[in-house]
Amino acid sequence: MSTADTEQAYDQRHVHSHHHPEGEAHGTFKGYVTGFILSVILTAIPFWLVMGDVLPSKQATVFIIMGFAVVQILVHMIYFLHMNTSSEGGWNMLAMIFTLVLVVITLAGSLWVMFNMNENMMPVSAHEMRNAP
Amino acid sequence: MQERSELMQTLFGRLTLEAIPYHDPILVGTFMATAILGMSLLAYITRKRAWGTLWNDWFCSIDHKKIGVMYMILGIVMLLRGFADAIMMRAQQAFAFGDSMGYLPPHHYDQIFTAHGVIMIFFVAMPFVTGLMNYVVPLQIGARDVAFPFLNNFSFWMTTAGAVLVMMSLFVGEFAQTGWLAYPPLSGIDYSPTVGVDYYIWALQIAGVGTLLSGVNLLVTIVKMRAPGMTLMKMPVFTWTALCTNVLIVAAFPVLTAVLGLLSLDRYVGTNFFTNDFGGNAMMYVNLIWIWGHPEVYILILPLFGVFSEVVSTFSGKRLFGYTSMVYATVVITILSYLVWLHHFFTMGSGASVNSFFGITTMIISIPTGAKMFNWLFTMYRGRIKFDVPMLWTMGFMFTFVIGGMTGVLLAVPPADFVLHNSLFLIAHFHNVIIGGVVFGVFAGINYWFPKVAGFKLDEYWGKVSFWFWLVGFWVAFAPLYVLGLMGVTRRVSHFEDMTLQIWFQIAAVGAVLIGVGILAFLVQIFVSIRRRDSLRDETGDPWNGRTPEWATSSPPPAYNFAFTPRVHDQDAWYDMKRRGHQRPTSGFVDIHMPRNTAAGIVLAGISMLCGFALIWHIWWLAAASFFGLIAASIIHTFNYDRDYHIHADEVSSVEDQRTRKLSALQKAGA
Repeated sequence: MSTADTEQAYDQRHVHSHHHPEGEAHGTFKGYVTGFILSVILTAIPFWLVMGDVLPSKQATVFIIMGFAVVQILVHMIYFLHMNTSSEGGWNMLAMIFTLVLVVITLAGSLWVMFNMNENMMPVSAHEMRNAP
Repeated sequence: MQERSELMQTLFGRLTLEAIPYHDPILVGTFMATAILGMSLLAYITRKRAWGTLWNDWFCSIDHKKIGVMYMILGIVMLLRGFADAIMMRAQQAFAFGDSMGYLPPHHYDQIFTAHGVIMIFFVAMPFVTGLMNYVVPLQIGARDVAFPFLNNFSFWMTTAGAVLVMMSLFVGEFAQTGWLAYPPLSGIDYSPTVGVDYYIWALQIAGVGTLLSGVNLLVTIVKMRAPGMTLMKMPVFTWTALCTNVLIVAAFPVLTAVLGLLSLDRYVGTNFFTNDFGGNAMMYVNLIWIWGHPEVYILILPLFGVFSEVVSTFSGKRLFGYTSMVYATVVITILSYLVWLHHFFTMGSGASVNSFFGITTMIISIPTGAKMFNWLFTMYRGRIKFDVPMLWTMGFMFTFVIGGMTGVLLAVPPADFVLHNSLFLIAHFHNVIIGGVVFGVFAGINYWFPKVAGFKLDEYWGKVSFWFWLVGFWVAFAPLYVLGLMGVTRRVSHFEDMTLQIWFQIAAVGAVLIGVGILAFLVQIFVSIRRRDSLRDETGDPWNGRTPEWATSSPPPAYNFAFTPRVHDQDAWYDMKRRGHQRPTSGFVDIHMPRNTAAGIVLAGISMLCGFALIWHIWWLAAASFFGLIAASIIHTFNYDRDYHIHADEVSSVEDQRTRKLSALQKAGA
């Protein structure tokens, strides 16, 4: 085969692959149902925690709900978005790690920055503020 | 103002005849000049009967090359506007001392410095950077187009719609008087009750959609559409920097959208996210907008680092020194750019621990940048350097940017920043890196890739004139600002009492004029080059003895870029192909599958602009109508099934044969 032929074959294969993207997991009925049931459970429990006033501490409730939310996100990503460590040649996983890093930096950084500012720049309590001249 | 009838209020919202600034001679003059220029341009197009071509082959085009060129034209047009603002500020500050109040009233001056910042970042630097990436990246990776060609056209028109809104504020209403980031509470409804900040918000929101989508588009293009054999570590450096920039765009721009969204809620429906009362916190806005804002400066500079890398290695006739370290430096900068945002507001008062952390991260980020600088120097070391215009810009950059970087590290020291915060020293610093880095890089890129775009080189003499005026002009304009800043002069001041400062501002004004000559020389350069195109013609497609795949195809490239996707074996793929005696395939062409042009992008962006205008002026019926129109138009577009066509093999073959004949004629002439 001449060079041109090889390149042409290569080219066609390349074009071909665009029509049938490889490495993309397709959802199964079972997967969707599992995801759905898990989501319902993960939503129902926090709902019950709030509506039933189950825990004495409000803060504990908040943290537990946050925990459920994180698990919920994972369930959605795995069962509905079909993410795993190898889909799209690992790009999905890389993108997710990058996103997580940035979200953590943004949230934790903002909290840290704003908390420190409040500590340093707002020395008066609400009570003192009310009685200020 | 007399009471307006209910009907007028409903029909036109806040828009009244008073909004047209016909009482301001400066604006009326500007309007007349713009109108005359615009009319003559329209007349010229009509006389040349070019409307059909313009609309069908350009405005509706979804060819990444044409969209790239349109981005560059948008950047040049907006550069003229932004520079007009700059020269007005310099003129005001040169005169407004003691008894003289200058020629600009404060509210006008405040609009000018706001518009200057917004335009230069969002509508000059961003279109230039996006334009270069749009044109070059698909060619460098051997692709036919970007991953989502229609989206590309839509992104361009959304960016343009934002630019049009900013320009519109000049003649209808006013622009923000808040500075380019519109900090609340000044930008809140209490202190800025008029339309200025709304123009700012909606122009950026609409343009932001364009930027974000083009970021997604180029990211997918680079990840999914590289030529066979081009592994990540064989990508050209410009493509690498484009990849990192688009990652930053996709990650950072949603933050801007969100924070501007919160500000508009404060302004439109009376929420209190950033107000002084009711639990609002204005500093949260500053915090959030810089979480976008700092990555933004790296979004701007990274692709130009790529340009300099390509230029240095091409004009030194050598492989880039330290390719791997260059790539890693770029990736490290990408991550670190998210860890330094607080250095923009050390004085907010977060305390010593927070300030030290961000001061140190800021200093750390200069390490990968320094590594790049050494890589470029070592590439030049013992190379056969050709001092063509792109190389001149690159060397001007290296000299200027290093000094800008050093003043940056100086500002990264929190105690020093407490003295220099908001001073002209800061202004000098960021112009030093943005002009010395981004602008010089854009000009290097334009001079480097112009032969690829047009098929002829840019005129060298006028290029050199432009370069020297820019370089000298930059230093004359901004060195005095360093001095003034060290003396404690703050930014955004329209009148001074201390007469001893005046001489420095006058020197700076001279510098601005020199830069103006530089811009003019650039326009002359393009004009002269078009006039002399026959003598500047390049038939080879590879005028600089380039190294990366974009030089493998003809200049200008055919619509399909490459008849056969090149296969890559080496990092400098085209240089490697030339070295191995690669023969262009001259037969066996096949049909090429291409996307079809569509007017949907310009229509959708036009409706978005209308929606933005209605929201700015509180014309609620129009806002609602155009919003639903936007949704309807998007849905209608999904029913357009005529999305693609095939370029027939015969046609490909005739285009390629023509090039074969040209190349063999050149070879004979050479031999």
